[in-house]
Amino acid sequence: MPEKFDAIVVGAGPAGIACAYELAKAGVNVLLLERGEYPGSKNVMGGVLYRQMMEEIIPGFHKGAPVERPIVEQRFMMMDKTSAVTFSYKGLEWAEEPYNNFTVLRAKFDQWFAQKAVDQGALLVCETVALECLIEGGKVVGVRTDRPDGDLHADVVVLADGVNSLLAKSLGFHKEFRPDEVALATMEILKLDGKTIEDRFNLEAGQGCTIELFGDATKGILGTGFLYTNKDTLSIGVGTLLSGLIKHKIKPYELLEYVKTHPMIRPYLQGAEPQEYLAHLIPEGGYRSMPKVVGDGVLVVGDAAQLVNAIHREGSNMAMTSGRLAAQTIVAAKARGDYSEASLDSYRQKLMDSFVGQDLKKYKDATHHFDKFPQYFEEYIPMMNRAASTMLTVDGASKREKQKKIWRDIGPAKRKFKIARDLYRAWKVMK
Amino acid sequence: MLHIVACIKQVPDTKIIKMNPKTNTMDRASAPAILNPYDSHAVEEAVRLKARYGGFVSVLTMGPPPAVKAIKKCIEIGADEGYMITDRAFAGADTLATSYALTKALEKIAAIRPVDLIICGKMTIDGDTGQVGPGIARRLDIPPLTSVCKVVEINRERGYAVVHRKLEDGHEVIRSTLPCLLSVEKEINEVPYSSMPNMLRAARYQPHIWSVNDLPDIDRAQLGLKGSPTIVSAVWAPPKPQGGKLLEGAPSEQVNQLLDVLLERRELLEVGRS
Amino acid sequence: MNFDDYRGVWVFLEEKDGVIAPVSLELLGAGRRLADKRGSELSGVLIGEGVNILAASAFEYGADKVFVYDDPIYRYYRTEAYMRAMLACVEKHKPEILLYGATSTGKDLASAVATDLPTGLTADTTQLDVEEDTGLLLASRPAFGGNIMATILCKKYRPQMATVRPKVMKALPRQPGRTGAVIAESIPLREEDVRTKVLEIVRATTRRVRIDEADIIVAGGKGLGSPAGFQVIHRLAETLGAAVGASRDVVEAGWIGHHHQVGQTGVTVTPKIYFAIGISGAIQHLVGMQNSGLIVAINKDPAAPIFQACHYGIVGDALEIVPMLIEAFESALGRKEEANAGKV
Ligand SMILES: Cc1cc2nc3c(=O)[nH]c(=O)nc-3n(C[C@H](O)[C@H](O)[C@H](O)COP(=O)(O)OP(=O)(O)OC[C@H]3O[C@@H](n4cnc5c(N)ncnc54)[C@H](O)[C@@H]3O)c2cc1C
Ligand SMILES: Cc1cc2nc3c(=O)[nH]c(=O)nc-3n(C[C@H](O)[C@H](O)[C@H](O)COP(=O)(O)OP(=O)(O)OC[C@H]3O[C@@H](n4cnc5c(N)ncnc54)[C@H](O)[C@@H]3O)c2cc1C
Ligand SMILES: Nc1ncnc2c1ncn2[C@@H]1O[C@H](COP(=O)(O)O)[C@@H](O)[C@H]1O
Repeated sequence: MPEKFDAIVVGAGPAGIACAYELAKAGVNVLLLERGEYPGSKNVMGGVLYRQMMEEIIPGFHKGAPVERPIVEQRFMMMDKTSAVTFSYKGLEWAEEPYNNFTVLRAKFDQWFAQKAVDQGALLVCETVALECLIEGGKVVGVRTDRPDGDLHADVVVLADGVNSLLAKSLGFHKEFRPDEVALATMEILKLDGKTIEDRFNLEAGQGCTIELFGDATKGILGTGFLYTNKDTLSIGVGTLLSGLIKHKIKPYELLEYVKTHPMIRPYLQGAEPQEYLAHLIPEGGYRSMPKVVGDGVLVVGDAAQLVNAIHREGSNMAMTSGRLAAQTIVAAKARGDYSEASLDSYRQKLMDSFVGQDLKKYKDATHHFDKFPQYFEEYIPMMNRAASTMLTVDGASKREKQKKIWRDIGPAKRKFKIARDLYRAWKVMK
Repeated sequence: MLHIVACIKQVPDTKIIKMNPKTNTMDRASAPAILNPYDSHAVEEAVRLKARYGGFVSVLTMGPPPAVKAIKKCIEIGADEGYMITDRAFAGADTLATSYALTKALEKIAAIRPVDLIICGKMTIDGDTGQVGPGIARRLDIPPLTSVCKVVEINRERGYAVVHRKLEDGHEVIRSTLPCLLSVEKEINEVPYSSMPNMLRAARYQPHIWSVNDLPDIDRAQLGLKGSPTIVSAVWAPPKPQGGKLLEGAPSEQVNQLLDVLLERRELLEVGRS
Repeated sequence: MNFDDYRGVWVFLEEKDGVIAPVSLELLGAGRRLADKRGSELSGVLIGEGVNILAASAFEYGADKVFVYDDPIYRYYRTEAYMRAMLACVEKHKPEILLYGATSTGKDLASAVATDLPTGLTADTTQLDVEEDTGLLLASRPAFGGNIMATILCKKYRPQMATVRPKVMKALPRQPGRTGAVIAESIPLREEDVRTKVLEIVRATTRRVRIDEADIIVAGGKGLGSPAGFQVIHRLAETLGAAVGASRDVVEAGWIGHHHQVGQTGVTVTPKIYFAIGISGAIQHLVGMQNSGLIVAINKDPAAPIFQACHYGIVGDALEIVPMLIEAFESALGRKEEANAGKV
């Protein structure tokens, strides 16, 4: 007779762990299943963890958690081949409590977070793949794992199995991704002594900086790159829509090599030793690609539910919040003894009312828009670089002449009109 | 009831370990700690013998507190009980001091439940000596049987075991009195994917943890660094050629050059053929 | 313990098929050097049935003295019997250094002897030296899966013992007619005192090679062109007694099963020799094999990244080079075997 739990959570990423943590804390008998050797062993993230959403689960977490550096500066680099226009904000209010966000290495962080869930009473089983949901009378009643005697029963199953959720797919909650709904990200972790990092990024001891890379970082393909500072490593990566990679016939790691050797980036990486290479998908379809997230005896959270804000590279926070909301729903359902779709539907409502649903709605057209109109990345960023160069090069030409030249360079009136229209459109999808 | 104790160790995964080139120390963070691969076969063999004859399987380890994870791994394989001895006093032990501490723990385990058979791995991938098993056997004054590649029979009533010992070019069939100690080869069995019930049991399991003070009649002078006759005096990086040397000349010349290089390191080639 | 009582370098002479095992002759070579440096004698210890006659060849390979325990009780190697003999000999004649081949017999015996004496024992040594004035043995060996070398000392106990890897030390050239002293020894040991019996000895082996355990891996990539081309990989592997590895592209093309895949999403391997043939050397492949002892690359593109990661590279067509290699190895290694067979 297979063992029965109140709840089984599939996948120990931020979404699943948050959910299991909250469930265990509320006294729910919960099993957390993870296919990796340990939580985080296979997980990939550039590395920005948002304090607020984590704090809602474990207040004061950063004192014990393996966070790398609190972020005090965020830079945005609009890159061309040999130039970049950079915006940045640095604020020392972020260098102290309550902090804004932190870089983390998932292999360490997830492991720590999962241990906290275990301490609350969750049972964690790793190196086990959930193959499918067990269904009886149209209701999910457990999961089948790849282990001998591997069936497990539960009142409710939470699918937190990440971007390519096999289980949600097998339930028919979502279809195969289209190449314009997912980004493929590759990243490397490079070893570099902490002091050198601080010197190179203009940081006080222990502080961190993030740089987001646009434009030539992805060879103009829709996507972004990033360079984040950890304690004694750097995380560098690029992510582009699969459709873009296919269209430009470029391999993702070639793109990563490209950005690593880009003249605007190379100096940051000087002497840093590659330590780890990682690749992962990011769901970027947003609101329009969201699958069904509630069924009879089943909930979907995190990346499995496509909860990623591609524009602001937020995902882990949405994952945690969705996990937490799912747990709240389950606790209430347990009290009622009713795990039907109707009973669990409050999860969907709470989710859509929270910042998660709100932000996804807000940006619902953004990715599609930028994918459809490649000129933002292919043309406007280089144009911006040329303008900055013209303006800032001291060559005897008067500033008025320079402005005229920039204006002339943009092209004929028709083109100026097109740019204005594009900018307006961009503003509209983002507003 | 047949009581088998497997001695197991948690080791850094030396396949992916990174060394600090300046200090020649290993970067512990770079290498995940795993159950010594040879020891998983030791535990598996114990579990198989239990399935064959009935009985009880305990595992014993000496190591730092995180080694609890290695014990849990053994419970996943099917062990019944886990014992760990952990104490600063054990730190820095070489094989002689290790076998002493483990023997003391084994005596205590035997007082709880008499031991018929002890199984060790062929060797650890960090210590890499294969000396601890025979050391334990000598201290307990029971026969050590190394390089065991098959257990033919265990007869508890009549007090004997029959095993195959692997030789360089075959094997020998040996009969020994019980209790005895086996050091097992990897090929003795395949460790199957653990069952779900075992995984759940392991997730919940807490081993018995003993410190030096829990071990009766222990001579502290024989423990840890103090009790170790051997010391490491120097470490250095093995010489590694820098960058590739591209051979030149006609293909046949290149082949001959390569052959010369490899034949110079004949011992490397022979390993594949022995 | 008075260190001055302990003199001389000893080698455990392992008997195999009626001759002294090659590793023991190698150790006599290494031991000779140590003994000369210390100005002391080199002795062998022979244990077995009818082994008396083997002492002669120990002298020809450098021994000054051989202690012999010749008795039917030693017919087969058994830890307890051999250990009792060795312990008695050590206690009586007190060597300063005692070396064993790191074979299954040598390691087994050394471990038992070390525990009973007790003394320190360094396993799997690959370099040996001795401090001329103090007699301190400097035994060096690879540690942590070959990632570092370490020198191990045993300062407070005598004898100092080490097992030494076969095929690392060099035997001295045979000096026909060189002789020495045979010292017959015996201990009162009855068959009833030995708790193990050898029931049977079975020769011959078949060996399955798994890539994560293999000492040599021959790995092929997309550059072999086709499943048929990939066959040369199997043939070279067979010649060398090696396991077969593959890049992911080859595995995905279905030329070979997944458990042969080396790399980030495959297996990480650290064989002593790794052949990368027709493999470009993508980072995902490199992370899985870059710690191999010796990397040989064959690729027709001189700019292939694999050449950065290899120790030796051949730029050329694998389908041409590999068959030549197979032939070359076959004749070279074959010759060696004949030579071995003729030696005795
Ligand atoms: C390169 C990159 C950079 C990113 N940067 C950021 C960032 O800076 N900030 C941010 O907030 N977000 C970032 N994200 C997004 C963020 O990583 C994800 O949104 C977040 O990890 C989602 O959490 P999750 O728990 O839903 O899924 P995951 O973290 O993917 O966890 C899913 C877990 O389920 C397990 N699993 C999957 N299938 C099974 C199965 N069948 N059985 C058992 N276990 C299974 C997996 O092993 C995994 O542990 C980034 C993503 C990428 C790829
Ligand atoms: C997330 C991710 C994970 C991956 N994991 C792995 C992994 O675990 N293992 C792995 O191997 N790959 C992995 N890859 C794939 C990896 O990036 C490469 O695509 C793959 O290793 C290339 O295989 P290859 O060298 O056989 O083929 P190719 O890259 O096609 O190289 C063939 C080589 O053969 C040479 N060649 C051609 N003809 C001849 C000839 N006649 N004689 C000699 N040389 C010739 C060519 O010059 C070329 O260098 C992964 C990729 C990603 C994105
Ligand atoms: N610290 C330890 N705790 C328990 N068993 C050990 C320990 N060290 C070694 N062993 C056992 O002895 C065998 C040989 O180890 P070694 O001599 O280190 O190669 C291992 O495979 C284990 O079975």
